[in-house]
Amino acid sequence: MELDPLILSRIQFAFVVCFHAIFPVFTIGLASTIAGFETLHYKTGNPVWQKLSKFWIQVFAVVFGIGVVSGIVMSFQFGTNWSNFSYATANFLGPVLSYEVVTAFFLEAAFLGVLLFGRDKVPQGVHLFAAIMVATGTFISSFWILAANSLMQTPQGLELINGMYFVTSWADSLFTPSFGYRFAHMALASFLTAALVVAGVSAWFVLQKRELEANKKALSVALWFLLFLAPAQTVVGDFHGLNTLEHQPIKVAAMEGNWERDTNVPLLLFAIPDKESQTNHFEIGIPGLASYVLTHDWNGEVPGLKDVPVEEQPPVFIVFWSFRIMVGLGLLMIGFGIWGLILRRNGGYYQNKTFLNGLRLMSLSPFVAVLAGWVVTEVGRAPWLIYGQMTHAQGLTPSLSGGMALFTLIGYVLVYSAVFSAGVYYLLQVFKGGIEKANAPHELEEVERPMRPFSAAHVAIDGEA
Amino acid sequence: MEATFDLTVIWAGIIGFGLMMYVLMDGFDLGQGILFMFAPNEAARDQMMNSVAPVWDGNETWLVLGGAGLLAAFPLVYSVFLPALYIGVFLLLAGLIFRGVAFEFRFKAKTSKYLWNWSFAAGSTIAAFAQGAVVGAYIQGFETEGFVYSGGPLDWLTPFTVITGLGMVAGYALLGSTWLIMKTEGEVQEWAYKLTPPLLGALLTVFAIVCVYTPFVDPYVQERWFDNISVIWVIPALTLYCAYLVLRSVKKRQDGMPFVASMGIFLFSYLGLLASKLPYIVPPKFTIWDAASSYNSQLFLLLGFLFVIPIVLGYTTWTYWIFRGKVKATGYH
Ligand code: HDD
Ligand code: HEM
Ligand code: HEM
Repeated sequence: MELDPLILSRIQFAFVVCFHAIFPVFTIGLASTIAGFETLHYKTGNPVWQKLSKFWIQVFAVVFGIGVVSGIVMSFQFGTNWSNFSYATANFLGPVLSYEVVTAFFLEAAFLGVLLFGRDKVPQGVHLFAAIMVATGTFISSFWILAANSLMQTPQGLELINGMYFVTSWADSLFTPSFGYRFAHMALASFLTAALVVAGVSAWFVLQKRELEANKKALSVALWFLLFLAPAQTVVGDFHGLNTLEHQPIKVAAMEGNWERDTNVPLLLFAIPDKESQTNHFEIGIPGLASYVLTHDWNGEVPGLKDVPVEEQPPVFIVFWSFRIMVGLGLLMIGFGIWGLILRRNGGYYQNKTFLNGLRLMSLSPFVAVLAGWVVTEVGRAPWLIYGQMTHAQGLTPSLSGGMALFTLIGYVLVYSAVFSAGVYYLLQVFKGGIEKANAPHELEEVERPMRPFSAAHVAIDGEA
Repeated sequence: MEATFDLTVIWAGIIGFGLMMYVLMDGFDLGQGILFMFAPNEAARDQMMNSVAPVWDGNETWLVLGGAGLLAAFPLVYSVFLPALYIGVFLLLAGLIFRGVAFEFRFKAKTSKYLWNWSFAAGSTIAAFAQGAVVGAYIQGFETEGFVYSGGPLDWLTPFTVITGLGMVAGYALLGSTWLIMKTEGEVQEWAYKLTPPLLGALLTVFAIVCVYTPFVDPYVQERWFDNISVIWVIPALTLYCAYLVLRSVKKRQDGMPFVASMGIFLFSYLGLLASKLPYIVPPKFTIWDAASSYNSQLFLLLGFLFVIPIVLGYTTWTYWIFRGKVKATGYH
């Protein structure tokens, strides 16, 4: 059997980037949450906020640590598996990634130390400042990396000369047409992630009747955020989609599962798109709705996959269903936001067991939605690496053999499973310890050691401390 | 074209400086991992880890900057080295991951502590070896066609690169042991004093092999060193002088000098390497000018660096200052 380095590299990249993405999306939102708690404590002097902050900082430390190690892998992926792509885009990608390191990563690393270990070493205001700087760092980081990604989706401001791109306008290439929507959509996704995880974990504590005062407060704040963020995400998502319709019509055709360019196109609730026979099986749809959503006209024209040759169609099934998972979860989030509002009247939001248990489950939903969203974006771009200009196959490292790619793919899967199952296990220990443990006088001696992510959390990994 | 020339040279300087910083900074903390399983007891291991705990994190960010900076300023280096060293890069990253999390998990573990000990030791050693092999591969040169690597997956792994890999392990261990001399007292320090001379011996042996071997495989290097005996011979002389300083200060039981002198060995041998190879950056075919990115991109990034890097150094120093203090048996106090 001939091993295909292209397929293997794509699987590998998808694996390591999806793995990495889970952590940043959480740290971006959580960093702001913590900065928020610290600000509230600073302003009101109410110790409850500090208690909450201390607990969530511990969670943050673990997640951030895993984000860093998996991110280091990412920065070498471009070169090892996609060297033609790296070389061609280096004039743009190189400065962008370098700026990310110097403006974001160093900022985060330095102030993280103060945030985690400096509470007793610096004045309260300086500590708050550190929290805000860490949160700022995560946003600067998303700015650069999403600019890089948006360029690959909607390229502009570049000129291709002898197989190498040259930047003709930095402003155009950084602020491409999809960048603003992507940045807003991703920022909201991060906040939603933080809101839902905080809500879920607080709900769990409330169910166990632990630290009720603090956890009820956290739950309440998180639900307010959910109430407003989830609908906002839908609106931004809609605009994002309209923009995609303009610049990447075939991706939208795949999201809608629409084969023929047509007017009055139905919005499909269910279908099994089949690329081989170029049609859908078992369609259930609402007539005209897709046309209406995309063009705001029941008779609007929607692009079809058959507009392009089969080789230029993305894997429809994956895009179609990932899109439905994301949107479905988004609607579910709106539902939970409204349910929380209704329950608010007589304190039901912290008494209704069904609601609280539902929230516990919902804490996983943003991660699924985020990965589904990225899959829509990235798989929907296929076969293009740079939309309309360079395909995956052209970007691949020429010297890469299938055997090498398989070797490292298996290697990363093994390494990540081993190391990160330990990390998740450890995170669960932090959750079990809860606010009580996070605020207990430190028993372990290494608490004194500064500037290291995980040691902010004082729980024994194998649960025997 | 005159202006392009200047920027490329400036970038070569910046990247060279950045890599040197990485090697010096991460070297001594990788060294802790290399020596880890040889430590006299578990308490000594705690102390070794404590001594580098506050700094290792930031050090790895320099590696990320090295990667991104190469892509920005010398894309050809990035797009030839990484495919050529494909398997080695994977080993390096896997090593860094295991070692990174070991730092964090070991102190929390009770029953599984030994696992994280091994993870730290093996991860660090593999990472150091992989870096040494990269240096060896650079000396050997890369097979290219057009602007693309065209060799096989294991071309980088030769007896020569194994030797440079082992040399790097010995070198980092030396930085590690002299660091311990500086940062610890009592039993651990005494152990480190004993370790230092043999490690130095091992490192110098590798140097000798490299110095004899390199001019043979590369006429360009031979020409540079032997055709007109010139000032560059100062560099090996200084390297040897630093080695002598290490030995003398260990004998006198000084505690700062061995570390400083070991860094000197690294610095001068690095300069020696550059002196043999520059301006070739993807040997044997491409010079820094062939490998450079566009003038516009180099300028765009340089302007930012001039502004941002001083700020970065500023707040980094500030945080170090907040956590200043000496390592005692129980950690930072
Ligand atoms: C929208 C946000 C986002 C996205 C799409 C990505 N990352 Fe990321 N990344 C972050 C947001 C982030 C972060 C929040 O800034 C992290 C998480 C933990 C951390 O230290 O910073 C991070 C860490 C992180 C690190 C370690 C930084 C350090 O040493 O401190 C590297 C090298 C990368 N990332 C590189 C990448 C690459 C090459 C990506 C694309 C393929 C990527 N990230 C996608
Ligand atoms: C962090 C969130 C991200 C996720 C979850 C994600 C997910 C994915 C997935 C699933 C693929 C595979 C598509 C396919 O092969 O059909 C892919 C491809 C790709 N993505 Fe992303 N991506 C993310 C961010 C980025 C960013 C920020 C960049 C660039 C700066 C990027 C660059 C690429 C490249 C170069 C490929 C092509 C390699 C391949 O097809 O596997 N991705 N991504
Ligand atoms: C409920 C209504 C939503 C709509 C209409 C919507 C719409 C979209 C569209 C059209 C894209 C693809 C854009 C492109 O590739 O050009 C996208 C991507 C994405 N979505 Fe959503 N979305 C919704 C909800 C959510 C939710 C709830 C989350 C996560 C909490 C989420 C996270 C993402 C992410 C991470 C991406 C990939 C990055 C990007 O391209 O922005 N979305 N969304």
